[in-house]
Amino acid sequence: MTAARPKLAVWKFASCDGCQLTLLNCEDELIPLAGEVEIAYFPEATRGVVDGPYDVSLVEGSITTPDDLERIQRVREVSRHLVTIGACATAGGIQALRNFADVDEFRSVVYAHPEYVATLDRSTPIAAHVPVDLELRGCPVDRHQLLEVLAAELQGRVPRVPTHSVCVECKRRGNVCVTVAHGTPCLGPVTQAGCGALCPTFSRGCYGCFGPQDTPNTASIATRLGALGMREGEVVRVFRTFNAASDAFLRESERHEEAGR
Amino acid sequence: MTHSNKDGGHVLHVGTLARVEGEGAMHIAYRDGQVSDVQLRIYEPPRFYEAFLRGRSYTEPPDITARICGICPVAYQTSSCWAIEDACGVTVTDEIRSLRRLLYCGEWIESHALHVYLLHAPDFLGYDGAVDMAADHPAVVERGLRLKKAGNRLMEVVGGRSVHPVNVRVGGFYRFPTAAELRGLRPDLERALDDAAETVRLVAGFEFPDFEQPYEYLALRAEAGYPIEAGSPVTTSGASFAVREFAARIEEVQVPHSHALHARLDGGERGPYAVGPLARYTLNADRLSPVARQAAREAGLGDTCRNPFRSIVVRAVELVEACREALRIVDAWTGDGPASVPVPPRAGEGYGASEAPRGVLFHRYVLDDTGIIRDAQIVPPTSQNQAGIEADLRSMVGAWSDLDEHALQHRCEHAIRNYDPCISCATHFLDLTVERS
Repeated sequence: MTAARPKLAVWKFASCDGCQLTLLNCEDELIPLAGEVEIAYFPEATRGVVDGPYDVSLVEGSITTPDDLERIQRVREVSRHLVTIGACATAGGIQALRNFADVDEFRSVVYAHPEYVATLDRSTPIAAHVPVDLELRGCPVDRHQLLEVLAAELQGRVPRVPTHSVCVECKRRGNVCVTVAHGTPCLGPVTQAGCGALCPTFSRGCYGCFGPQDTPNTASIATRLGALGMREGEVVRVFRTFNAASDAFLRESERHEEAGR
Repeated sequence: MTHSNKDGGHVLHVGTLARVEGEGAMHIAYRDGQVSDVQLRIYEPPRFYEAFLRGRSYTEPPDITARICGICPVAYQTSSCWAIEDACGVTVTDEIRSLRRLLYCGEWIESHALHVYLLHAPDFLGYDGAVDMAADHPAVVERGLRLKKAGNRLMEVVGGRSVHPVNVRVGGFYRFPTAAELRGLRPDLERALDDAAETVRLVAGFEFPDFEQPYEYLALRAEAGYPIEAGSPVTTSGASFAVREFAARIEEVQVPHSHALHARLDGGERGPYAVGPLARYTLNADRLSPVARQAAREAGLGDTCRNPFRSIVVRAVELVEACREALRIVDAWTGDGPASVPVPPRAGEGYGASEAPRGVLFHRYVLDDTGIIRDAQIVPPTSQNQAGIEADLRSMVGAWSDLDEHALQHRCEHAIRNYDPCISCATHFLDLTVERS
């Protein structure tokens, strides 16, 4: 019954489009999915717009402009379940690096007439503004996790999204630890699983794009980074990338910023 | 919203352009066939990449600038690597260049298949989107998704994932794939090559409005082969210059209605210029492989193409080229040699360019002697195409003002999608309103 299909909406705020692209990258599942849910609002994929309210809203991107402060309220009002997807929506994204700087200076670096550009001085996650029903991490989100969340929504159950560290995924894949074996700095111990331990599988250290895991001992990993030869400034930068504004990474970076002075 | 004014004028306005990457709008005001205002409004929020790159390490741009665009991260990774290696005076090995080209072929296949089938074909076949189109043309949509998947799988094997690959570093890669891993891609790529050839036949049969543009085209020209991961800029006016000169030749100017800077070539003295598939093809048709040249000829393309509505045909030809090129590299791959070369930092300025699916992408970095970035400049393809898009809309509305508003508005949206604009990229960078006054 077409009329009974739940309505899906996909919204975009400040972002790279990579997380909503991840939905289109479900090549084998996209058409069957469109049979199970009504793709009611998804501008990147269709001109067609079905009016809300929507059963599930996927929200990509962070809040960075005065207009978007209001728009997210309207998105919340028309959404039964609101799921944020990706590091921008869950932690402010790479653009939250402005939170540590003078945004007027940033604006004048990029734009000759900064007065044409309306922007807030901070990039903030969606949950800082409206209640969020579920946050899906990653820069970008993982395709399988995204499908699991949509399947769980359709089945009315809680999605299985682990909050343990990337280390667990390395063990499952049988990866040799890049830090222990090669002295490669790695944020795997403090970073949430979900990517399948991609970076260590490619012989590089995890750079934390899924954000902090649920019990991150960032101080311990920072000590190890120092022992591997990183200077304080480098440790600050390691914690200040795509999830720079998430609590655990923010606090750790501030600690080393102080120490580096 | 599109409306007519009491005085006989008209406004075409599309507040959220669909089937483009990022957030933009169109605003066009016209009366009696005379266009008074055309604005491609880019309200995608600015993210200030060039500002926060200052103070970061020279090793970070491949990961950081990839996040400018989820659809073409490899373009950002590649242009940034070239630029930093240039600043540090380092040259990479032939194997590393080959693998960059292979990863880039994956991005062309993924991005072009997305645009041809999911974003642009619905304009020609009369659907809101690919999901609706799939109900009537299931085999067409299945083919598009299969092609896209082949590109994505190639990127996953070489880069780890298709959105923001993890395996790219300044100086090369973290790990070379083995010959066996790449050979495993062969069956999918062979199927993709057949699908790409079928794509050319499909899109060649679409109806194209008569519309030609006079703009100067700019594309890279490589020492050998069709330009993908590298080359030097050449233009249809006969200009050619080194990548190192781009900052002196291309000027970015800010306009009030857009968060994307407009780009001008040589002070704008020869009018707007355009980058992307039409420019690449027109300046490099002689460099296509025989199979892609044959496909182009069968599709009725000459050695130049000046109708932006036919860009979909050129993209399809480029799909053939990318699939064939990927197969060639996969077949020759041994996996031998170091995956990266050392890149010791030094003070200096470096420049890089590559052909993103939407056109040339330039990067420039200034480093200090410890490798800290002191200045960064990124000139994305959609910024360079903005003035051309607006000029296209202006001439189209003038020529087609007898169409009813809805038809004209749709035609204008279609015209914007001819360029496969990537607004996320161009913000440092789209709103579509048409006003009849």
